[in-house]
Amino acid sequence: MTAVDVDLLRAVEQFIFREARLQDEHAYEEWESLWTDDGVYWVPYGGDDPDPETSMSIIYDNRSRIGLRVKQFLTGKRHAQTPPSRIRHVVSNVEILDDDGDEVRAGANFIVTESRERGLVTWAGRSEYMLRRGDDGGFAMARKKVVLVNNDRELYTLAFLI
Amino acid sequence: MAVTAPHRFDELIKADRVHGSLYTDPEIYEQELERIWYRTWVYVGHVSEVPQPNDYVLKSIGPQQVIMTRDRDGEIHLLLNRCAHRANQVCDAPRGNSSAFRCPYHGWTFSNTGKLLGYPFNSGYGGTEAKKSLGLGRVARVGIYQGFVFGSFAEDGPTLLEHLGPAHEAFDRLVRLSPEGEVELTAGWIKHKVKANWKMLVENETDGYHPQFVHASIFSVAKSGIGDLYGEKSTAVSRDLGNGHTENDLRPEFRRVGQPMGWFGTTPDRLPDYVSRMRAAYGEKAEEIMIDGSPHVMVFPNLFIAEIQLFVIQPTAVDETVQHVTAAQFKGAPDLNRRMLHQTIGSVGPAGFLLADDSEMYERNWRGVQERNPEWLVLARGMHRERRDEDGLLVGDATDEVPQRAIWREWRRLMEAA
Repeated sequence: MTAVDVDLLRAVEQFIFREARLQDEHAYEEWESLWTDDGVYWVPYGGDDPDPETSMSIIYDNRSRIGLRVKQFLTGKRHAQTPPSRIRHVVSNVEILDDDGDEVRAGANFIVTESRERGLVTWAGRSEYMLRRGDDGGFAMARKKVVLVNNDRELYTLAFLI
Repeated sequence: MAVTAPHRFDELIKADRVHGSLYTDPEIYEQELERIWYRTWVYVGHVSEVPQPNDYVLKSIGPQQVIMTRDRDGEIHLLLNRCAHRANQVCDAPRGNSSAFRCPYHGWTFSNTGKLLGYPFNSGYGGTEAKKSLGLGRVARVGIYQGFVFGSFAEDGPTLLEHLGPAHEAFDRLVRLSPEGEVELTAGWIKHKVKANWKMLVENETDGYHPQFVHASIFSVAKSGIGDLYGEKSTAVSRDLGNGHTENDLRPEFRRVGQPMGWFGTTPDRLPDYVSRMRAAYGEKAEEIMIDGSPHVMVFPNLFIAEIQLFVIQPTAVDETVQHVTAAQFKGAPDLNRRMLHQTIGSVGPAGFLLADDSEMYERNWRGVQERNPEWLVLARGMHRERRDEDGLLVGDATDEVPQRAIWREWRRLMEAA
């Protein structure tokens, strides 16, 4: 087993935790700024790895659609988030899966508790991140894939950022 | 039973309004299952979901789980997921290919036509004679139109085509958008659950009054023209197609503009492959087909053809409904299919730009109707301007509640039928 690069792991964790906090606090524009220009935000439906080009997904946003999603929130008339859900992510089991020098692939498990007038809903699953190193030494998100444990079953509305 | 007496609905359904208890009363919900869901024709699945002999897929009719199978001869069956022995579920995979279902509890095996093939240790039943009378439960009648498979638990009743009436044209209009004349539902169904009574979803599907309000957020940022189709000045009409089937007919607007593929918000040069295949397949008629576009029709009680998507409404409790949704895919139209899938994913499902907000409305509606008064929901919009079209069907303006009144007429007819 190769030794863990603790500094890299810490840097990746900090990015992931910050992304989760921006989602929790509905800091939509700041969250959008985490993405690369070619970012892809994917929440598949019906398994771990269906083909998003031929099958339905919960979210399959290219970069312009990520921007559209944020713009819709900012109208203040996105009824499914008016008022916004109260949410908190807990992210754990962060691992570096791959690093080619330009991009780091990382995985993590998460639990999100959502509170709306309907009641509390627990969302859980695994996220995979493709984080691209920038000139400033920081990361930007080139890809985020969110696999819900129950993504083959009936789901309530999921209008917040997961 | 006093609750089923016709006068009960006299008091709860008026020409211009319906009583809130029709959505909330658990007893009425139980009656709806028996009198509507387990009697009339209900959409179950599409033949393209079981393309090969011995394919099967798990579907539903309301809370009932239904296995849709294709037997080795190609015939479609709708079987109930319950062993004839001690009621264990015989099928647990969402889809697959098998000529038989073996119950995991005691090993009884059924063919995909529902017939009992055998039980272990025959001597316990004095031989194999008892097999003949013990098969899987089934939906009594299966009807297929343009590849859409419907089931009716009633042994007798109107045929599927009688039930569809003029709404059958919606299927014709849909499939002719394929250069090969066939729609395929192969992208998988997302199941989106809401805390609301199922009728709130049915009523919303052909409600032309809500888009400008519920969907203003996405229409404004996506610079979509859809909202205008449902405006005060729109020439689109709402229509009662009979038997509870309803429509928002957008063709008058599409014809006014007269642009092929305008219904999909694009132009022929953006879909060159599709357009040339359509012209090759339909000749001069292709332009009209591509201008008229896809229907917006709610087939009572559970199939909504929403231009580029199909929705299936599944009541699971008086206060819970699952809406299944998939993208329409047209055979022989790969470039259009890619775009329809991408657009569908953006629009619908739990995170959809449109459906997340519709679902919020269903749930707010459900909470609102629990309030004690006013006890009624008003469905009067456009009553003064209802008219008959050239086919004798009742129509109203784009934003009128002609469809909602039509849905309640059929609901009442079914609930009061002997």
